[in-house]
Amino acid sequence: MNDHVHVMSLRVLFGVFGALLVLTVLTVAVTWVDLGSFNLLIALAVAVVKAALVALYFMHLRYDKPFNALALVGTLLFVALFIGFALLDTSASSPGLIPGHQPAMDAKAAERSG
Amino acid sequence: MSGNDQGHPPELAHHFDSMEEQHESSKQGMWLFLATEILLFGGLFCAYAVYRSLHPEVFIYAHQYLDKVLGGINTVVLITSSLTMALAVRAAQLGKRKHLVIFLALTLLGACGFLGIKYVEYSHKWHLGLLPGIHYDPVEDSHATESRAHPDGGEPPQDSSPTVTEAPEHAIELDVGAGLTPARAADQPLPEPEQYTAPTSELTAAPAGPAGLAVEAYGNDAHDLGPEPRLVQLFFSIYFLMTGLHGIHVLAGMAVISWVLVRSAKGHFRPDYYTPVENVGLYWHIVDLIWIFLFPLLYLIH
Repeated sequence: MNDHVHVMSLRVLFGVFGALLVLTVLTVAVTWVDLGSFNLLIALAVAVVKAALVALYFMHLRYDKPFNALALVGTLLFVALFIGFALLDTSASSPGLIPGHQPAMDAKAAERSG
Repeated sequence: MSGNDQGHPPELAHHFDSMEEQHESSKQGMWLFLATEILLFGGLFCAYAVYRSLHPEVFIYAHQYLDKVLGGINTVVLITSSLTMALAVRAAQLGKRKHLVIFLALTLLGACGFLGIKYVEYSHKWHLGLLPGIHYDPVEDSHATESRAHPDGGEPPQDSSPTVTEAPEHAIELDVGAGLTPARAADQPLPEPEQYTAPTSELTAAPAGPAGLAVEAYGNDAHDLGPEPRLVQLFFSIYFLMTGLHGIHVLAGMAVISWVLVRSAKGHFRPDYYTPVENVGLYWHIVDLIWIFLFPLLYLIH
């Protein structure tokens, strides 16, 4: 009666586990190389790939009904909107939101004072 | 086929036609709950993004107090416990009760290991006074003195007199942004000036000349961290809030894993009924998934 159950094969589970370990080592190793702003991009890209592996295989999303994937992707989309607009807003209208030394503001101040 | 059948499994609620339908509905509900969990953490990730975009120098400076190796080990521990959780779900699907119990126990062990390492990290920060908000009161130890390289010989911040705290106020006059000075002055009670900043280094951090000099000092070479920038305590507020909320989720995960572990040992689950195992598994994986983002964002700042 449970023919519908999709059982993950051990090969896939251990394969994903291995990939996650390799990516973890990679993301730590890349911090020893100075790539400027690419360091953050690489770190985030590796995290997204790891998260996708966990979601698709450990969380079985690849074999589920698409509604569950929609819930996850939709949520991430809204979080991205939230963070994206918050960043646009703070950089455009209130860079002084948090007091303290701010390189960007200091540069502007130096420009204005000549 | 209706739910009134006499021969239906005892776990089947009367408003579902089949175990499969019940299982799918339950899982769908779990995914909606996980969506709210992501939104909950989304708020903290937003705070992180806004603060880091405004103050990259604070993140570059403060992350040196986080141990990449311990963080990396914790990542591996959590990934491994995610694997054993996936193996536990597999064992439940195949009706291997003994394997199910063993894999759930291993997952629980991984969770304990994670929290154990987290405890070591937290207590280290506690001893160094690297705490959020007004509790931030860094203590100079050998490691910190070495890595923080105070230009004036690593004088402990406690020694500074209250008058030194005026320095930041002076420096802020260079910033043309509105509302900078009052926010700091109003937020924090003046009677305990030593508690909320490390003014010794402020004297050098706050540029007396063109502000552009400071940009060079912080921006160009990540390894030459220079003097302590202002408001480092906000990094630790974000650090403790994000890892703390995550830690609470680990505790909750341990509670529900223990619950299915007991039920598994009692033989409550069969290949046609293992929904609690699967949903607890999904919860545990989301805990892992959030850590996958926390680790590079907090520990691996370059």
